[in-house]
Amino acid sequence: MFDFADLVEQIDKTNKTNLKVKALEKFFSSASDQDKVWAIALFSSKKPKRSIKTSDLRVYAAKMAKIPLWLFEESYHIVGDLAETIALVVPETKESIKPPTLTQLIKEIKDLKNLDEIKQRDYLINRWSHLNYYSKFVFNKLITGGFRIGVSQKLMTKSIANVTGIDQDTIAYQIMGDWNPENTTYEQLILSPRKEDFIYKPYPFYLANPLDQDLEKLGSSSNWVYENKWDGIRAQLIKRNDEVMIWSRGEELVSKQFPELLEMGNYLSNGTVIDGEILPFKSGKIGSFNDLQKRLGRKNVGKTTLENSPVILKAYDLLELDNSDIRNQKYIDRRKSLEKIVFSLKNEKLQLSKYYFFKNWKEVETAHCQARINKSEGLMIKNLNTIYKVGRKKGDWWKWKVDPLTIDAVLTYAMRGHGRRANLFTDYTFALWKTNDSGDRELVTFAKAYSGLTDKEFKQVDTFIKKNTLERFGPVRSVQAKLVFEIAFEGIASSSRHKSGVAVRFPRILRWRKDKTIKDANSINDLKSLIHE
Amino acid sequence: MKNPLLVFNQNGIYCPKAKIYIDAWKPVDKVIISHAHADHSKYGHQHYLTHPNSVPIVKHRLGNINIESKEWGEKFTINGVQFSLHPAGHIIGSSQVRVEYKGDVWVYSGDYKRVNDGISTPFEPVRCNTFITECTFGLPAFNWKKQEIVINEINDFWKECKANNQTAVLFAYSLGKAQRLIANLNLEIGKIYTHGAVENLNELIRTYKNLPKTHRITRETKKEDLIGNLVIAPPSTHGSPWLKKMVPYVTSSSSGWMTFRGARRRRAIDRGFVLSDHVDWKDLIQTIEDTEAKNIVCTHGYKDIFSKYLNENGYNSFMENTPFEEEEIIENNV
Repeated sequence: MFDFADLVEQIDKTNKTNLKVKALEKFFSSASDQDKVWAIALFSSKKPKRSIKTSDLRVYAAKMAKIPLWLFEESYHIVGDLAETIALVVPETKESIKPPTLTQLIKEIKDLKNLDEIKQRDYLINRWSHLNYYSKFVFNKLITGGFRIGVSQKLMTKSIANVTGIDQDTIAYQIMGDWNPENTTYEQLILSPRKEDFIYKPYPFYLANPLDQDLEKLGSSSNWVYENKWDGIRAQLIKRNDEVMIWSRGEELVSKQFPELLEMGNYLSNGTVIDGEILPFKSGKIGSFNDLQKRLGRKNVGKTTLENSPVILKAYDLLELDNSDIRNQKYIDRRKSLEKIVFSLKNEKLQLSKYYFFKNWKEVETAHCQARINKSEGLMIKNLNTIYKVGRKKGDWWKWKVDPLTIDAVLTYAMRGHGRRANLFTDYTFALWKTNDSGDRELVTFAKAYSGLTDKEFKQVDTFIKKNTLERFGPVRSVQAKLVFEIAFEGIASSSRHKSGVAVRFPRILRWRKDKTIKDANSINDLKSLIHE
Repeated sequence: MKNPLLVFNQNGIYCPKAKIYIDAWKPVDKVIISHAHADHSKYGHQHYLTHPNSVPIVKHRLGNINIESKEWGEKFTINGVQFSLHPAGHIIGSSQVRVEYKGDVWVYSGDYKRVNDGISTPFEPVRCNTFITECTFGLPAFNWKKQEIVINEINDFWKECKANNQTAVLFAYSLGKAQRLIANLNLEIGKIYTHGAVENLNELIRTYKNLPKTHRITRETKKEDLIGNLVIAPPSTHGSPWLKKMVPYVTSSSSGWMTFRGARRRRAIDRGFVLSDHVDWKDLIQTIEDTEAKNIVCTHGYKDIFSKYLNENGYNSFMENTPFEEEEIIENNV
């Protein structure tokens, strides 16, 4: 018997892709069909609903480990993963037994919802006492939701393809969308899916690779075009059987968040699938990603939000036309069909993402320099003749991002890192100067970052932090303002939610400016001057 | 605490009454060395004192130094303060330092573990009033499995590599972990080959302690000799050209940090085995109980958390800073 916990253990024990695939193949050829369906769901981030509060889990785990709750919390901060922490601190009190199947466990966890607190606790304690480390870890992961354990969807589809003989791209397509593992069989999902199941599925997205070579190496410029790379939400707009759906690239159905796009989609013909980017767009101008976030978190979007944060779909590809999958057509042919649709629809909510031919690669470089002015985050370079592939495939779609914006900031707070960096302070908060009302300069927090230094540098900063701690707040320490770092980030926008008045995207440490003192660090005003209005 | 027997100053752990340091990190006149790892036995002191099993290694690292040795349990007096060394079980020769003056007894643990690893003399708890303990792994998330179980896991890993015609590469400290593995692994599976840094220490240790046969990797060693066998090398060789000779190899590491899934994954090592030369949570607490000490000084690792825990449990605990390195973060260039 090779169950799901065994699979997780095998995957965890190796860094080699071929061994992971082997383990997955073993699982997909020996597990029960229902366990297979659940495994596919979990690895495609479909998580079972949480049926118990994590705060309760912590209390029970601390109790079982015979440690005070604060010590459990400290351990959790250091381990960085709740399921793993519980698996580590809870002792195996009784002999471990073979755990129930994945499907059975998920059912039990779902049923927890209907139990009272005492019964929930007894159930957990009983399971925890009998499971070995990996089974316990998997069990906890099922409870806390989210299953990121180093298996990409690509790895999973490859393994299923190897076991079933079905083409990998076909499998990737079959497991897209909003199927429910509770009432889907392996037969339906993988072995012989019905045609009608595809009505509600998006196509697998084709993803570009970062440009990692000289442009000239891509060959003749006449085979390529470039587009702007938009900083919004990648999405497919689908119109089939008089229904409109919007699927995000994260495979979430986001129709409800964008009612104006649904409305626009109604005017499309049935059997149309457009690939594009949802962008904030107000008074004829593209806004910042920050504006989009106002739309994302909401279940229902009200009138005010619609008026204040309107969006459009920047269309760049067409995947289905007149109910036919046209992904195997050339890019340039798909684009021509897309243009026809956009021009005939004449709807301000659907705009074309223009593409540009060029005579030589120099022109592309010039365009790249202009990208930020065009409110894009770089360029997409696409081969005219490529089909629309599945997933991240190298060779025909390249993304070339603009260089990040940078600013020099002061380290003010630090937190312990997780996992490998558990013994070091590696998560930092950075501040910039601001002149307050009484005319004094003070440091104001503007971003957090935890990547970008070498292990050696982290160690040095860690030593500094331990020696220069001002105050402790749980896992966080305030630190004497002394060190200056160059912080890089992708986008920037005004924000009323941030103390600094500015929100930055993807902040990370570019380098440690040992040559600078805190007086030389930048100010909030310097940061604001980077915003293109 | 009034008139502490030992204080932590800028040079090291100091006994003002006896005017002698323990594991000093800056050059001083007289020093007692707990064990031969580089961060505990620094260069530049005038007089060294340590256990006989540490002497050859300290000399090998530091050259011609002025060094004397004391057996475990052998009492010696300096300026009216009585000292003795007691086994700490961390690596070969590693010792706790007991200090007594007018009935007040302090014990400095150095680095230690409670498991009998088959090469270091096992830890003996020493009754005291004040216990200075390391707490590198002073968190309830650290619970070591029995040594046999981990050794079996490594043996199985080795067999698997052998079956696949691969070389099993195991990264381990040159001093301590390497010999522990050599003493315990199953040599019926194959031969153990070693990096020069490891073999130099093996040769030294063999002059006074039995250690199974190992084979030094030299320029003449052929790739074919290594396949199916096990290579023990310092962690610093990970990713270095030296490893090329081992192709096709599978890498592994054994350390307490391998407890964390993240640590194993991010280190780009194929296999991680949880095997530490430090105490885990339960042994740390057990040891403190065994010493019957009421005052606990925490150094190293999660000292803030562990100290808080002890204070909540009726101990008088505080922390002191030391510049000692933590397990596996550095490689000792011995």
